[in-house]
Amino acid sequence: MSEVMDKPRAVIRGRKVVGGVAEGEALVTRETISGWGGVHAMTGTIIESRHELKDQSFAGKILVFPGAKGSSGWSATFHLTRLAGTAPKAMIFNIMTTKAALGAVVMRIPTITDCDQDPLDVIRTGDWVRVDGDEGTITVWSAKPD
Amino acid sequence: MVELTDAERAMLDGDAGAATQKAMELLVRYAEALGAERFVETNNVAGVPGSAPPWVKQYYAQDGGDYRAVFSRFDLDSDEVVDVPRMNAFSCHLQGGMDPSLWREQGMSEDAFANFQSDESDVAAHGIQILKTCTPYLAGNVPVMGEHCAWMESSAVVFANSVIGARTNCEGRESTSAAMLAKRIPDWGFHTDDFRRGHHSVDVQVPVDSIFEWGMLGYFVGDAVQDTIPVITGSVSDASLIRHKHFGAAAASSGGVEMYHMVGITPEAPSVEAAFGGAARGERFVYDASARKRIYESLNSVGTSDDVDYVMLGCPHYSIEQIAQAAALIEGRKVHTNSALWVFTSRAVKATADANGYTKILRDAGAYLMTDTCSAISQAVPEGTKVAALDSAKQVHYLPAMMKIEGWYGTTAECIDAACTGKWRGKLS
Repeated sequence: MSEVMDKPRAVIRGRKVVGGVAEGEALVTRETISGWGGVHAMTGTIIESRHELKDQSFAGKILVFPGAKGSSGWSATFHLTRLAGTAPKAMIFNIMTTKAALGAVVMRIPTITDCDQDPLDVIRTGDWVRVDGDEGTITVWSAKPD
Repeated sequence: MVELTDAERAMLDGDAGAATQKAMELLVRYAEALGAERFVETNNVAGVPGSAPPWVKQYYAQDGGDYRAVFSRFDLDSDEVVDVPRMNAFSCHLQGGMDPSLWREQGMSEDAFANFQSDESDVAAHGIQILKTCTPYLAGNVPVMGEHCAWMESSAVVFANSVIGARTNCEGRESTSAAMLAKRIPDWGFHTDDFRRGHHSVDVQVPVDSIFEWGMLGYFVGDAVQDTIPVITGSVSDASLIRHKHFGAAAASSGGVEMYHMVGITPEAPSVEAAFGGAARGERFVYDASARKRIYESLNSVGTSDDVDYVMLGCPHYSIEQIAQAAALIEGRKVHTNSALWVFTSRAVKATADANGYTKILRDAGAYLMTDTCSAISQAVPEGTKVAALDSAKQVHYLPAMMKIEGWYGTTAECIDAACTGKWRGKLS
């Protein structure tokens, strides 16, 4: 039984942005994310009006999103989440920008981009995801394996 | 893997001191994250180096909790605290948190002001120019065409790339602070020719000939093309610095535009062909009377009450031309007792406004000319503000949401009229 449960639903391959390994529950959005003015760093909460994740926190989650947008304060805002202990555990995004790259670097969390399958199609909020930044692999389970 | 020159390798090995070594280490991590293959040299860096609110200093209390600790641990993301020398590149400090003399009026505490002063003296001691503005190009830092820069501030970045033809990505605090020491930034994005080509067309079919209209078009363009590069053709006229300033800020806020081409107007778009540079042409968007009306309504969707208790001008920071215009509009009038008018600019421009008597005209009318910041950056509005009137599409995008207030977008004249009557009477003509 556990063998079936432990079998991942999908494996995605991409490019390392930041190395390291982390696993946790996915938080997925199809909307780009603003840093400064869009995130409350002390709680890791999205505060942008009309954002589909408004009032949800990415703290300790695997954040799966299209890319960064907005102010050049993106990296500094996400950097503050690291200080506040509210950073995501890992990130997966599609669109490379200076904001997202620098944010990932200063948060020091495993981050992958340029995936061989669209992570927004494959990963759902609540999935259990393991991000191996060094290998560039993302392993997805429907629930936390035993 | 990023390829290093001998000089870069030497910096990484510590030959230029520990701080530059840490800066280079961060820049290498950043370049690899981007997938950049090399660095470009830059001697024009604009950021927000080293300043921090008290809680961040407290976080680094074990490291000394001072400028040195914040610059090492936060700006350079270094595990070690290093001595921070004077910066090597021509370095500028962008906007800050409060007006250096009107901070009480902005509701700042004595402690916050003391923290601000201490940070500023450290910034100056490190050879970083105290421009304290989102418009460095109006305060002593105008790059030239083709110059590789490392700038923060989305409205300044879009201006530098589009209007001047300088080359900068929308950098962040840590990358600019590191570039101030290492004089390097990843050769990626807007530093390369291919990246600067247009993606989508915008056909302008209604006259866009005033700063108010340029601002609305900018907001439309950002919403349409998001973070790609638009190629704008049609009935855009009367280009000037302040119109580009407002257009770019609006497009950067509604979308994330970091560069735009206006055919026959901006330097890298002598023709439609040149603007696309052989790249595939994406979608075509049309800005017509109905699009214009829709954008006006969207910018005014967070206003319901006509009772305006705050008017903010100066996003991006006002030029001297705009301050002169505001002074002319308000001379002989008074700000209404139920309202307030704050106008924001840089210290450099304010010096001219002082000399011209504009600061006094504004003050005599009951308004303030403030520097360094704006209501969104400082999160400071007059106490009890419920409804603001703004002549900036960018500010109406940010301020009402951040401060949980209502906001109106209109012309400068409508905003000044609202300040003097306490009533919003703006309309789209």
